Amino acid sequence: MPILEGKELRIVGFLCNWCSYGGADTAGVGRFKQPTDLRVIKVPCSGRIDPLFIVKTLMAGADGVLVSGCHPRDCHYSEGNYYARRRLEMLKRFLPIMGIDPKRFDYTWVSASEGQRWQEVVTKFTEQIHELGAAPKIAGAEAEETLKLMEAAL
Amino acid sequence: MQNLKDLKEQVRKALPELDVVIGWTGGYDPLHATPHFIRRDEDIDKLQVNALCVHNLATYLPSMRGKKVGIIVKGCDSRSVVELLQEKLIDRENVTIFGFGCNGVVDQTKIRRIVGDVGNIESCEVSGSEVKVSASGTEHKLAMSDVLSDKCATCRYPNAVLSDHFAGDEVTTTATFEDGYKDVEEFEVKPEEEKFGFWLKEMDRCIRCYACRNACPMCVCRDHCVAQSRDPHWLSQEAHVRDKWMFQVIHAYHLAGRCTECGECQRACPVDIPILLFKKKMNKEIKDVFDYEAGINPDATPPLMTFKIDEDKITERKW
Ligand code: SF4
Ligand code: SF4
Repeated sequence: MPILEGKELRIVGFLCNWCSYGGADTAGVGRFKQPTDLRVIKVPCSGRIDPLFIVKTLMAGADGVLVSGCHPRDCHYSEGNYYARRRLEMLKRFLPIMGIDPKRFDYTWVSASEGQRWQEVVTKFTEQIHELGAAPKIAGAEAEETLKLMEAAL
Repeated sequence: MQNLKDLKEQVRKALPELDVVIGWTGGYDPLHATPHFIRRDEDIDKLQVNALCVHNLATYLPSMRGKKVGIIVKGCDSRSVVELLQEKLIDRENVTIFGFGCNGVVDQTKIRRIVGDVGNIESCEVSGSEVKVSASGTEHKLAMSDVLSDKCATCRYPNAVLSDHFAGDEVTTTATFEDGYKDVEEFEVKPEEEKFGFWLKEMDRCIRCYACRNACPMCVCRDHCVAQSRDPHWLSQEAHVRDKWMFQVIHAYHLAGRCTECGECQRACPVDIPILLFKKKMNKEIKDVFDYEAGINPDATPPLMTFKIDEDKITERKW
């Protein structure tokens, strides 16, 4: 039995370089306690996040995806997060037709100084995913295969 | 169509100024119509316009940019033309639109299910309420209402929304936006696992022929499609259901706020995968959030290509 079974789920976080990644960093520097399920992928701007990244992540076997960018009006590139907001909102509304619980995906805004807020967001989101449990998987999805290899190696 | 004569007259008058007019004509058997490229006067006589003319001819327009093209459109097709204009993929001054009021087109899949062997069609007669097909020596009388395309049963735009020439009378309709999305709503309320399982099963049939993409008038990337691109490498060439399903989500997402629901993707699919459902779901949400429908106003900007600083219908997360 894998060592982390039941304790951790696979959550992927897409964080913008300027605000939310900084916010997560602030939380770390401040030594705020955080769940360890989230794996962070840093992107230059939330506007760089193609909603299809999230679909692909979920189809590859993630149990949850969190996107976080700069607050509206605070985007380093002025308007990246405004476009992101529209695209991500549509994704959240699209997921149910695929049979994916829309609670498995969320997007939010955290600034670089908001370490505390980051702690809250990541804790609440992780709790939400744990309530839902492991996501339905597509047999043969990339992450599943990788995980099997990793487990074999343990 | 009663006013085929008028339409032919309009095409005849305009043809000298145009490189080509795209319409429909009889196909390889009496049951199918096929796209028809009119370049000379004698081609006009072969023009056919009836319930068998299902193809959305707007698909050809972007690749003919720079030429003077005339195009014959049903209501739904006209929305594709408008959407192409909105996105500046075609030029208004180079396109001449011949519109008419459409009473609906047939769904060949429904006919195939009733008639069975469609390999040997001897004749086909279409009237307003009936399709008479004789195949392999048997005559079938099909009620139009049984073989009508689903999209036509709830059509809100039977008349060309934009045209330079309009043949015949306008068709009236009472359908509302909500009528068209009952199927989406019915599917949506099913349990999550059931929906997930449904798509796994449906998508497994996909043969990755990309007919859905090629038939779509708004799929304009063609040779640069992410389905085949290796940089970025979105999809592998494996015949795994995850890649096939992913492709359909890509299609739906690249069409978000642009799809006019002509239904060509689903019609073209040789294995009858209900892929229109994804696009309809997206349109339903687009309407809800942005109060927007694609392909109505040539001057509008599709909602995902723009933004509002304070969105009316998007609420920020509380945490
Ligand atoms: S996605 Fe399908 S319904 Fe939408 S415009 Fe393309 S072919 Fe038509
Ligand atoms: S037309 Fe059907 S079978 Fe062909 S790629 Fe599209 S969904 Fe797959």
